[in-house]
Amino acid sequence: MSALDSLYQQIILEQAKTRTGADLADDQLQGLHLPAGVGQCHQLNPVCGDEITLRVETAGTGSGRAVSGIHWAGDGCSISMASASILSELVVGLGAGEVQGLIDSFREVMRSRGKLEADEEVLGDAAALSGVSKFPARVKCAMLAWVAAEDALNQTG
Amino acid sequence: MVLKSADHFHDGPLTDVEVRRIRNDFPILDQQVNGNALVYLDSGATSQKPVSVMEAEQEFYEQRNSAVHRGAHTLAVAATDVFEDARATVAAFIGAAENELVWTANATAGLNLIAYSFGNASVGDVPAEARQFAVGPGDEVLVTEMEHHANLVPWQELCRRTGATLTFIPIMEDGLLDMEAAAALFTSRTKVFAFTHVSNVTGVINPVVELTRMAHDVGALVVLDACQSAPHLVLDVKALDVDFAVFSGHKMLAPTGIGAVYGRAELLDAMPPFLTGGSMITTVTMERAGYLPSPQRFEAGTQAISQAAAFAAAVNYLSETGMERIHQWESALGQRMVAGLEDIPGIRVLGPSAGTARAGLAAFEVDGVHAHDVGQFLDASGIAVRVGHHCAQPLHRRLGLSASTRASTYLYNTTDEVDAFLTAVAGVRPYFGITGA
Repeated sequence: MSALDSLYQQIILEQAKTRTGADLADDQLQGLHLPAGVGQCHQLNPVCGDEITLRVETAGTGSGRAVSGIHWAGDGCSISMASASILSELVVGLGAGEVQGLIDSFREVMRSRGKLEADEEVLGDAAALSGVSKFPARVKCAMLAWVAAEDALNQTG
Repeated sequence: MVLKSADHFHDGPLTDVEVRRIRNDFPILDQQVNGNALVYLDSGATSQKPVSVMEAEQEFYEQRNSAVHRGAHTLAVAATDVFEDARATVAAFIGAAENELVWTANATAGLNLIAYSFGNASVGDVPAEARQFAVGPGDEVLVTEMEHHANLVPWQELCRRTGATLTFIPIMEDGLLDMEAAAALFTSRTKVFAFTHVSNVTGVINPVVELTRMAHDVGALVVLDACQSAPHLVLDVKALDVDFAVFSGHKMLAPTGIGAVYGRAELLDAMPPFLTGGSMITTVTMERAGYLPSPQRFEAGTQAISQAAAFAAAVNYLSETGMERIHQWESALGQRMVAGLEDIPGIRVLGPSAGTARAGLAAFEVDGVHAHDVGQFLDASGIAVRVGHHCAQPLHRRLGLSASTRASTYLYNTTDEVDAFLTAVAGVRPYFGITGA
């Protein structure tokens, strides 16, 4: 597989079009009057203009809470959009601690400059984004939704 | 240095044969990127450097390195000569006198120098001759919707500090300035008009003489962003009649870290300084300081001396090749690019369509594929382009985009490279599985 093909695996091109979770309404972008257990974060990559507003809904309280929904609106390259879509499919139903663990693992792979291969058992479809870590200029694209999710999740605690 | 004596006497654009010879002076171009010959189409961001420029910088450090404008020793004199000869060379390149050219770190620093100097003329105890630069509540600073952030944000900040109002000339769908709207925007309130000569996104070449006349008719000072024109066409600041012009060395074969501000002599000598300190003063007491005339007035601290020497070598290289010939060559490449892009399904070129004058660059949108992905795909073929908003977010927003892909040429690009670029662009949508026109 060429380096380009390892970056743009079929699953990524498909997820970039599917955009699971990309249903945050325009009037929700400001994130006003969020109920308890809901967090929201806006992330922008000023270099390329990639942008996402991501909302995390949780059920339960404290460390026992679990993610019950992810909703986002964004605009960006296929890597950033696919990454947001994969994240949305991956974390709904997981406990807050598990989600934080996934975010940590994903970040570690992304920052590895191609040295770490993601464990598909742990990261599921997000493992397909491993190739991104060989392209330092694209790591921010892949991380955009995950950074937003981390911040939004922290707001719910 | 390439000094092909016969080239001087040629008219018309460069030829592919000459360009291939020029490329020998740019060692960086002769390399493989991702298994393909490098096709460098990002000169709008920064240009590559010929051997003569790199040698000029090295020669300075090997033979003459010393502080300028101070010290009585022989090396100090030699360094000062290099520094001031370089100023004369670059000033002559744009039709200015030596004392009308101020060194800066780059164009952004130059635009900030002007905006901050105007700001310094707007507050506190200001000498009478500096009041012509003052802006305040009720005054307007006029820009355009196509500005690079470097010629927008410093003016926003000047307005914020002084209470003046920022206004702008809108652009039309084809990227050209709306001249009808412009006519109504020049009023007695307009104190400064800052605009770009050539858009770094659409390649639009603005009617500088006409716009400058409109500004002068209402008594406004004219600041020209010449970043995308000084490297690519014959720039004569006197013929254009602008009050200030700003450009960057690194976009015109020179190293990074050096740029210049042109200002009419009587304006520069009256304008308050921006950066203050050593090398720009006459007499300093514990209470106050007097300032040297231009250009030293604006050159506080140790300057980029070797870069100035290399900047002179760069404009010599351009002059010897011939700016008009370079301009015609790049115009032809630009037209070839735009015509070729327009023939590819799903591509929308920003700015004027083929057949209309533009600089030798083209920014475009690929329907269904984000610019970042386009750039990545082209890079796999060894083609270097710029992706993103190119520091012109308002322009992109106006055209309904957040990002685009830009290919920009220079004197060392061949028609074969443009064709290789077009072939690669045609492969983008199929690769990403996008079909339809």
